[in-house]
Amino acid sequence: MQRTLDQLKINEKGVVASLYGNGATQQRLLEMGVSDGAEVEVLRYAPLGDPMEIRVRGFHLSLRKAEAALVLLEESAG
Amino acid sequence: MSTIALVGNPNVGKTAVFNALTGLNQSTGNYPGVTIDRKRGRVDTGAGNPPMTLVDLPGTYSLAAHAPDEMIVVDVLLDQQRGEEEIDGLLVVLDASNLERNLYLLSQLIELDKPLVIALNMMDIASRRAIQIDIPLLSRLLQTPVVPVCAHKGLGIAELRTALGQLAWGALEPPPVRATFPAEQQAALDQLQELLLNRRGQLGRNIPRLEAFRILVDEGGYAEQRVLKLFSKSFPTELQKLRHQARTMGGNLAAQEARVRYGWVRGVLEQAVVFPPVRKRTRSEQIDNYLIHRVWGTLFFVGIMAVLFQCIFTWAVPVMELIESGIGSLGALLGAGMNEGMLRSLLVDGIIAGVGSVLVFLPQILILSFFIAVLEDFGYMARAAFLMDRLLGWCGLSGQSFLPMLSSFACAIPGILATRTIRDRRDRFTTILVAPLMSCSARLPVYTILIAAFVPAERYLSGLIGLQGLTLFFMYCLGVVVAVPASWILRKTLFRGDQPPFILEIPSYKIPQARTVFRKVYREGREFLVRAGTLILAVTIVVWALAYFPRSPEIAETFEAQRATIELVSATPEQRAEELRQVNFDESATYLRESYLGRAGRWIEPVFTPLGWDWRIATATIASFPAREIVIATLGTLFHLGSEVDEADRSLITTLQDAKHPDGTPLFTFAVALSIMVFFALCCQCAATLAIIKRETRQWRWPLLCFTYMTVLAYVASWIMYNAAVGLGWD
Repeated sequence: MQRTLDQLKINEKGVVASLYGNGATQQRLLEMGVSDGAEVEVLRYAPLGDPMEIRVRGFHLSLRKAEAALVLLEESAG
Repeated sequence: MSTIALVGNPNVGKTAVFNALTGLNQSTGNYPGVTIDRKRGRVDTGAGNPPMTLVDLPGTYSLAAHAPDEMIVVDVLLDQQRGEEEIDGLLVVLDASNLERNLYLLSQLIELDKPLVIALNMMDIASRRAIQIDIPLLSRLLQTPVVPVCAHKGLGIAELRTALGQLAWGALEPPPVRATFPAEQQAALDQLQELLLNRRGQLGRNIPRLEAFRILVDEGGYAEQRVLKLFSKSFPTELQKLRHQARTMGGNLAAQEARVRYGWVRGVLEQAVVFPPVRKRTRSEQIDNYLIHRVWGTLFFVGIMAVLFQCIFTWAVPVMELIESGIGSLGALLGAGMNEGMLRSLLVDGIIAGVGSVLVFLPQILILSFFIAVLEDFGYMARAAFLMDRLLGWCGLSGQSFLPMLSSFACAIPGILATRTIRDRRDRFTTILVAPLMSCSARLPVYTILIAAFVPAERYLSGLIGLQGLTLFFMYCLGVVVAVPASWILRKTLFRGDQPPFILEIPSYKIPQARTVFRKVYREGREFLVRAGTLILAVTIVVWALAYFPRSPEIAETFEAQRATIELVSATPEQRAEELRQVNFDESATYLRESYLGRAGRWIEPVFTPLGWDWRIATATIASFPAREIVIATLGTLFHLGSEVDEADRSLITTLQDAKHPDGTPLFTFAVALSIMVFFALCCQCAATLAIIKRETRQWRWPLLCFTYMTVLAYVASWIMYNAAVGLGWD
């Protein structure tokens, strides 16, 4: 079962496989570097559990879980 | 003179580069049709070189535009923006500590086929993170001058000027490097360009190749929307067919673009940049472990807000009192030097009192904009948005609405201007329409004076909590509490639609630069003063005229006769002075009662009777629709005082306490005071706010809607408050 970005725990890493959907949200994620092959790491969740902060391509990005659910991760080896 | 566009991602220090290059040779304006600041400045490119104009474009991550405001950047760069001069070249600011994502935009900018110069900013942060950049190699790979700078320290600026001098002489060629797209996509793009060329008549212009690229790739984007409007039904089908042809990899064309460009970026980075083998935690990350921590971060946030409000409402007071007394003495000085009459009344009661009542808020505006500028420069505002997003999400808004809402507690105008950073139109308009519900500082005098006069000074919990303070707190919460359902309803009706994405960069912390901060504060203060000197001045004169005219000769005769009697009858000079003072007050009150404004107030009285008000309160309220702080001065005149009163004036408080209905019962009760305060808390009595809403939304319907819904809301809430208070026996 392939996981999506919103399913990662704090400090967990993953590699982006592809993105669901099209349109403004998907394109925005792509431009910000959340595109296939990029390594992502979850840094923290906001006090109310949403949004989340990730590290991607050397910088920090905040996004909601709903948006992170569009990001399909590669199946990890372990 | 050549024109150079300054482009780059947000948070890369573009403003610092702009300021360092142009110094004080700056001017700001607006692009027609959208609310994007149009900032330009002159750059001295060194001895013997021609000067150039630098146009500062809003920071952007990509040329893909999903809203008209984002399209401005593309249009200016492609020389498609009417009324703008042609762009001869680009100055691209890149963040050396964040090159990967920054080079993504560069790969798009190169395709504009214009000569460019790269300013590699934040070299200090990059070297602290042990990122080694081979600048000569990078420059060779990109076939473009690359100048390392530290804009906030002024390092590298001289070298940057020299490189720009080359650009100004036309000595630089557009770099021929490109990210390579699949042949299928190139072919589809060729076909699209041909299609567009055939429809040149409908378009009225040639579509540049880069714009055609955006039409092809950005599904539902603004470039597409703009041409679709002009074409027949066959065009969308043809466009879809071309998109299908252009796809060679999995996913849509946007994913294909990202893959190709980030692939190209990787190639450049692998050659020219060495990253440390083991990544150390950055300083920003260490700070963030506390500042946006679940517990400590929340506490810090609450603390910052507490300090902010403390500053605005306590520390600003001495300065405000100083301004107030200054204006008061100016009025008295002018009044003493002039003869009784219309001109004196216009100057003293109208212009000085009216504009003065607004000027008083300057210290609060300055303090708040200083605070916000520092927090923004520091990088905290993005974090506040991160912390607040979920909370604001419950109202259908996003974390980006936080800053505008916060600013609105000082004044709705800077709050509404701050919504410019919100990308989504529906979110932005909703925020604009609810921002005036926040209790701005102009409401404070109304609260203070009514609370001091009519709220019992009871204290609970062994004196820890007072009823007066509690009432003030309630008034501030009221706006926030009402804003929740108001924005929720707006997002479900007029601005229905999916919640826009909240994809926000959390930038590294930076030490705020005094120059940037003071520039922002100065601009904010200047705009406020300009408004006070134009719109508010005009409105004040109108209100004054309505309250002054008509001057009936009968009233003058009656009071002249009374004064003559006093002169004859009074026993002592003190008694005479006292009686004359009383007659003068009566006279001005009678004039006001018989003025157009007073007549309107008496005519409308029945409307406000259910709120527990009489014609005098109604008149004062109507007079304060242009600017709510006018109510204090009007109440003063109406209740037999001179027009020179302020909220600290004990005698206004006692006069209000003594005011009676014709049947002898007290006019103001706790219930009536509450009903007035609730009305002022929720009503949009501010012409300046409405004018700004018009300017920012470009349509009259939004200020009209804002005014209507807030007035209805204020009336209903005030009626509920009054009846509830009466039911509780608080009258």
